[in-house]
Amino acid sequence: MAGLHLEGLAKRYGATVAVERVDMAVAQGELVALLGPSGCGKTTTLRMVAGFIAPSAGRILLDGKDVTAAPPWARDTGMVFQGYALFPHMTVAQNVGFGLEMRGTARAERDRRVTEALRLVRLDHLADRLPRQLSGGQQQRVALARALVVNPSVFLLDEPLSNLDAKLRAEVRVEIRALQQRLGLTTLFVTHDQEEALTMADRLVVMDRGKVMQIGTPEELYETPANLFVAGFIGRCTILHGTVEAPGTVRVGAAAVSVDGGTPGSTVAVALRPERVAISLGEGTGLPGRIELVTYLGGLTDWHVATEAGTVLVTRPTPPHDDPLRRLAVGDAVRLSWLPAHARLLAAEADAA
Amino acid sequence: MEGAILGGTGWRRGAFNTAVILVFAFVLLPVATVVWLSFFDQEILAFPPEGYTLRWYANAWDRREFARGFVVSLQVALVSMTIGVTFGTAAAYAIVRGRFKGREAINGLLLGPLAVPGVVAGTALYVFYVQVDNALDFQLVATLHGLIAGHVLLTIPWTVRLVAASLQGLDGAIEEAAMNLGARPWTVFRRVTLPMMRPGVVAACLFSFIQSFENLELTLLLTGPGRQTLPVAMLNYLEFKVDPTLAAVATVQIVLIGALMLITDRFVKLSRVV
Repeated sequence: MAGLHLEGLAKRYGATVAVERVDMAVAQGELVALLGPSGCGKTTTLRMVAGFIAPSAGRILLDGKDVTAAPPWARDTGMVFQGYALFPHMTVAQNVGFGLEMRGTARAERDRRVTEALRLVRLDHLADRLPRQLSGGQQQRVALARALVVNPSVFLLDEPLSNLDAKLRAEVRVEIRALQQRLGLTTLFVTHDQEEALTMADRLVVMDRGKVMQIGTPEELYETPANLFVAGFIGRCTILHGTVEAPGTVRVGAAAVSVDGGTPGSTVAVALRPERVAISLGEGTGLPGRIELVTYLGGLTDWHVATEAGTVLVTRPTPPHDDPLRRLAVGDAVRLSWLPAHARLLAAEADAA
Repeated sequence: MEGAILGGTGWRRGAFNTAVILVFAFVLLPVATVVWLSFFDQEILAFPPEGYTLRWYANAWDRREFARGFVVSLQVALVSMTIGVTFGTAAAYAIVRGRFKGREAINGLLLGPLAVPGVVAGTALYVFYVQVDNALDFQLVATLHGLIAGHVLLTIPWTVRLVAASLQGLDGAIEEAAMNLGARPWTVFRRVTLPMMRPGVVAACLFSFIQSFENLELTLLLTGPGRQTLPVAMLNYLEFKVDPTLAAVATVQIVLIGALMLITDRFVKLSRVV
């Protein structure tokens, strides 16, 4: 059983629950992102895997071996810290070689692997510098090389991009993902940035207030969110609250909204992705509304449309100049429609599965 | 330099620069005066000098009590510094990194000697030593180990303060990173924590050494016959004669301690630690 398995992992501080029964796995060579707002328990989970926090319950299996009680230095994990945590008094090469030194690797072998790891992150020319002589992005790569060089069973990344500026972040994101795929690294990645998680991860574990909300591929989470929290956290969406009138119809305020299925009489939430809502001018079928706000985003344009069901967000690639939609202004009457299958019915409570 | 940082113009910058110069003058003038006095060619100190001479330095050398006092002070200071910095560093580490009850209380207790006037602490120690002698028949009064024990008390608050300050600025994740790479706790301390604390520890050594080397009040009460430290030797000399010999001794001391600071500063930027 290669990879990382968490079974019923929990952490309580007195009466406070930091992490509640996490069951998940990272398969060999897979990159899984732990995603959620701050305080959701994602970092606590990662630190339990690294061995810095003792779990209150549950088991951690690394390549099939139970390491729940093992101290951090006896676990085969390679961690990249948020602030990089480089040893300030050691050169780049000494930093990268530290893990091999601790494992008693012979000098010649160590030098060879350090050089190799530094070449991998394109820093072999800076081997003799001290960390403070490097830029943030370079320090970040040293931290990566230092964790990589020991060839750990699992690679742990704790918000590794949050200290970089936006442009560099996008670059390093691609770089880490390419490296991870090329070397087939089993990786657990913590982030609060959904874009980062969606672009890098094979699968995502969305957490909120210590609980796992949903586990799935980026596509599964976006297309079929299991609950209101995931629908709202991954991507943008309009949530309408109402009651199922008949299968296929939900009453939201004065409006009837078409959906796919539903148990009559139940209180539900309807999640609508903004790019799945069609917008048209003038008379016709669909939910009538008035433009409340137009936001021009360059490639995309957003329209906030006030309807009897509430305000609905619509987004489209910005229409060309000769398209009447381009001239839509605040107060204009429009009609909104969507395929029933695109209106996702969810339980009304935020965290119900 | 500072004026430019404040970005003031005209009279504001002028006032600031004047204040800086005045402060420096206030700090350095007494030192400069002592050095100057040590070269005056006259026994009774008066301005302006009648001439200049080196004979006070020769006199200080001839009167062996100063050289002997210097050696005693050096011994006491080195031993006290070593003991005090070792234990003080351990205490600072426990206070900053430990999670136990009474941390604040222990911190306060260890800084305590700073708040007690030297004469009071000396008297208290003297009485305590006598009690120990009576109860355990173990002599501390007027012994070298008794004196060193007293001086260790002087070095502890400085060490705890300086080392704790240098530890507080340290990212705990760096030690975790070492552990994650396979280092056991003792290796983490030796290879990562200690080197990162080095500026604080070096500064603590320097300040502990100076505290012990220059101490007079505590020493007066704990020292025994035939074992004078340099400051005690100087005080004794002062009781029977006031001439520039003391200024000459003080000048040598100023030069030595100044040199010590410069050497230390080469290894650790003191301005960053203190």
